[in-house]
Amino acid sequence: MRKKLVSLSNIIFKYEGQSRNALDDVSFDIHQGEWLAIVGHNGSGKSTLAKLLNGLQFANSGTITINDQRLTEESVWDVRRKIGMVFQNPDNQFVGTTVQDDVAFGLENAGVSQQVMVERVHGALNKVKMNAFLNQEPHHLSGGQKQRVAIAGVIALQPDIIILDEATSMLDPRGREEVLETVRELKQENEITVISITHDLEEAAKADRMIVMNQGRLYREGTPQDIFELEEELIALGLDIPFSVKLTKELQKNGVHVVDGHLTEEELVKDLCELHSMM
Amino acid sequence: MRITLDDVEYRYQVNTPFEHLALHDVNISMEQGTYTAIIGHTGSGKSTLLQHLNALLKPTKGRVFIGDRTIEAGRKEKALRPIRQKVGIVFQFPEHQLFDETVEKDICFGPMNFGVSENDAKQLARKAIAQVGLSEEILVKSPFDLSGGQMRRVAIAGVLAMEPEVLVLDEPTAGLDPRGRKEIMDMFYELHKREGISTILVTHSMEDAAKYADDIIIMHQGTVFKKGTPQEIFSDPEQLLELGLDVPDTVRFQLKLQKELGVRFDHPCLNIGDLAIEIDKAMKRGNR
Repeated sequence: MRKKLVSLSNIIFKYEGQSRNALDDVSFDIHQGEWLAIVGHNGSGKSTLAKLLNGLQFANSGTITINDQRLTEESVWDVRRKIGMVFQNPDNQFVGTTVQDDVAFGLENAGVSQQVMVERVHGALNKVKMNAFLNQEPHHLSGGQKQRVAIAGVIALQPDIIILDEATSMLDPRGREEVLETVRELKQENEITVISITHDLEEAAKADRMIVMNQGRLYREGTPQDIFELEEELIALGLDIPFSVKLTKELQKNGVHVVDGHLTEEELVKDLCELHSMM
Repeated sequence: MRITLDDVEYRYQVNTPFEHLALHDVNISMEQGTYTAIIGHTGSGKSTLLQHLNALLKPTKGRVFIGDRTIEAGRKEKALRPIRQKVGIVFQFPEHQLFDETVEKDICFGPMNFGVSENDAKQLARKAIAQVGLSEEILVKSPFDLSGGQMRRVAIAGVLAMEPEVLVLDEPTAGLDPRGRKEIMDMFYELHKREGISTILVTHSMEDAAKYADDIIIMHQGTVFKKGTPQEIFSDPEQLLELGLDVPDTVRFQLKLQKELGVRFDHPCLNIGDLAIEIDKAMKRGNR
């Protein structure tokens, strides 16, 4: 088992003026270097979780430990240095007038020297393949490019963890793939831990592990394989299942003997080809 | 009500260094009572096109016919209000536009702005709130005490209360969970069928376009790349993929499987049931 990087235990959180707990006794761990997808219906508490992890809100009770350090109002500045967040709307997260100024902003705040700053800004923009846009104005970029610049701003600070809070939900299909591909590469090369809060079940299917939230509670955790076996249960929770799982069921209904558990289309195609060759 | 664009061009910031050609040579027609999907990348011109549908933008060349009105380049147009009432636009994240103390006041704002009396507006609000599947009790609440999904429905009710003949939807399900997405799309489809509202859906989702639309218009680099029925549009999926556009899950899967099996189905499968039947047939034909 890999090292525990983040640990939540018995987290309870309620927004002011609300009667229901937004998070109701939630406990789980996040391991170093994993891609964890957190899914759940609107209002299930998944974005609240992100806010708590980054110290934008504090739990009413329970503890969060990040890299053996307890997250408190005193330690929050330390902890934030380890966690980078990419939000949903690409237009809401720019401060610089050029792409490189924007990426430098966080470093300036962290008091990094000029020389190191230039290196890190260029390095980060290289990694997200936006180095050709150094002096462009951010608002002239496409949605996918904007989110990649936002990611560069995050990785320039060399975090241990990146949280994607529905970071691809406003992008078109090409932009979405650009961003996910970028994060996948970063994760591979730098052992970064990724927490992705998402409605995109196809993306979640490619995660190492999934957490399903429902009405403020942790409903289930497991591998995508385990989670998508829940099928109808997930749909009842307002979620969906990947296309290949749906098609598998439909094929079985039609008497085509494909096996269960294909999370990607490639696996299902392979299975069908084998069946076909035996005909 | 029919909307036709005739040779439409639109340039942003004409005669400045920032001049930018956003639309050119656009010729399309959306017939009364139909459901049309407009698809394209970010930057393909679909948002600029959308704003021509109720004269928020006026073409820099060409003409737009909206019902019996003509919006023409170079001609000053007065009294656009009736057009805005007849063509209702549900913008992206419409709940961001909620502002009033109660849901009822918020929904009544639009109709009253178009000269409807307060009493009649309240009638319209009650009808609209039922149309979006919410109960009347919600009318007295503050829109800001509602859930995200409810807020979106209230914002949509605000557009429906103006009794538009044409409803333009700009990514109406962005940010919703899968169930919320399906509920909202089914709701619009039902309104379209039951009340005959012409519907124009601007979307990234090929699934929704294939499922709901009679006609699909594909925008690319500021002009119409292709238009036709879903069957016509998806009969050549490779072409769409080359443009970097998506195709419905079923079509993408069909394409992969055809390639691996070395067979070809005689039509694009636009729903999962149809795809399963075609695969079953192909398997039964076997390895001949």
